[in-house]
Amino acid sequence: MKKRMGKAGRKKTMALTAMALPASVLLFIFSYIPIAGLVIAFKDFRYDKGFLGSEWVGFKNFEFFFKSNDAWIVLRNTIGLNLLFIGVTLVIAVSVALMINEIRSRIAVKAIQTIMFFPYFMSWVVVGYLLYAYLHHDYGIINQLLNFFGLESIAWYAKSAYWPVILTFMYAWKVAGYYSVIYYAGLMGIDDSYYEAAALDGASKWQMIWSVTLPMIRSIIICMVILQIGRIMYADFGLFFQLTRDSGALYATTDVLDTYIFRALRVTGDIGIGSAVGCFQAVAGFILIMVSNFIVRKIDSESALF
Amino acid sequence: MNKKLPVYQRVIIYGVLILICLICIIPIITVISISFSTDMAIIKDGYGILPKGFTLEAYKYVLKDMESILRSYGISIFVTVTGCVLGLSFNAMIAYVLSRKDYKYKKQLTVFLIIPMVLNGGLVPTYIWITKYLHLKNTIWVMILPMLIVPWFIILLRTFFSQIPSSLIEAATVDGASELTIFVKIVLPLAKPALATVGMFITLNYWNDWFQPLMYIDNSELYNLQYRLYILMRDVQEMIKNSSISGMGISIADLPTESMRMAMCVIAAGPMLVIFPFFQKYFVKGLTVGGVKG
Repeated sequence: MKKRMGKAGRKKTMALTAMALPASVLLFIFSYIPIAGLVIAFKDFRYDKGFLGSEWVGFKNFEFFFKSNDAWIVLRNTIGLNLLFIGVTLVIAVSVALMINEIRSRIAVKAIQTIMFFPYFMSWVVVGYLLYAYLHHDYGIINQLLNFFGLESIAWYAKSAYWPVILTFMYAWKVAGYYSVIYYAGLMGIDDSYYEAAALDGASKWQMIWSVTLPMIRSIIICMVILQIGRIMYADFGLFFQLTRDSGALYATTDVLDTYIFRALRVTGDIGIGSAVGCFQAVAGFILIMVSNFIVRKIDSESALF
Repeated sequence: MNKKLPVYQRVIIYGVLILICLICIIPIITVISISFSTDMAIIKDGYGILPKGFTLEAYKYVLKDMESILRSYGISIFVTVTGCVLGLSFNAMIAYVLSRKDYKYKKQLTVFLIIPMVLNGGLVPTYIWITKYLHLKNTIWVMILPMLIVPWFIILLRTFFSQIPSSLIEAATVDGASELTIFVKIVLPLAKPALATVGMFITLNYWNDWFQPLMYIDNSELYNLQYRLYILMRDVQEMIKNSSISGMGISIADLPTESMRMAMCVIAAGPMLVIFPFFQKYFVKGLTVGGVKG
């Protein structure tokens, strides 16, 4: 009897392992081998010699990057803009969720959510077109408005100073609807009895929002923000590449780690620097994600990634 | 439910929400309007939120190059459908295995799945690996395979699968059903909403992808819709140069290039914007179950 159970158990394990195999193999090929490929950051990579054959050069590639002026600009842009995105999107998404929560009509709630979800369905290429219609120097709608009020046209795609604002606005435009749905779902989960109790105590509507609603979704908000901070080293490549039309004049405020690596690889062909910056991004990103996940798990283990 | 706000405050809330909705859709309307505007009017007055004049000229010229647009549509549809079918199957299969508490290597498999979530090789090693060693450059598979397995989808699906009572699975095992039969006949039908949600996310990922072609596709026969649109934004002339219009004795200067760009944008993005809102409820459902992990 015992032996047969063991046999059935082995059969089950084998069947289940076989089911996990396709995904595991793909994960190994497309995720694990590139991770091993991070070693080229410490090599003088040459195509003909490959991953294994290229010569070791220690930290030389890193030195090139960190001694250049680019390092500070690119790091500042990546971290600074991501923080700006996280903060602005959070405020908008939570405000929208709170406002939708006050609306009684189911149809109105659905209509608003559907419309706010539209931008989320669009690729960054398409969003790039939308922005272009507004920022085009001669025909763009913003410059027409400026001219209407007697102001000079602005060469948007050449003036880097405006772009932190433009990028933040566009990022929030695209994802605020998505995040507000998550926060709204959190609000829907709040038990009515809390509000009834607060009403009995004579709390005003705004007092309820401050002392009932927000504290109830506080843990969702904190977890979302910490997890986003965990990914602060990774920029949304599409946002920075498509919306700026990869305009060199804007790099001072729009160049981030991902665009920098992309150019090193595909434009300037400097694989050494590209792989060093990529390796730095991977390691720093790894540490941040582990730390943020650790913190989230302390607050609310359900929300942690793992 | 909590008590109502005074009327004037409700008016403010509605006002703000309507304003936000307008900000969300006016840019889309603008692009559609420009695509129907005459180039004469655009050159004279600039783009408008509403059409300036009305003409189908831009569409006529864009569609003259029907063959390449249809080809790109074909590529996008093939990649999306293949990616969705394979992705959904593979991600669901491994997610199911992970949801089984009695699976012997559950712990090891979970760790194997989490490592790529926190660490990745990044662009440079991936590019070298795919081009030099896998030789996937300029093949349709480079737009499908690397994006197939997404750990976040697996975790989302696993959460759904874990809610299926294990007694159901045990009963089927006693009846002598094989693991694959249990998965296909019992687990999958129960997980339809979850599969719909993840299926939508996968579809969106593939349909909106332009990054893989940017990295790995040089051959214009393999351009998908989004990448063709990107190329057109970069250089409207480059697009026309290679197309059939150039052989028709029309000089580029005569073409309504400004409205043509936007017409192409409408042709590329339009269908999805019409289709997706119908499936939006699955996104909302998935987001609420998947919680904050997005």
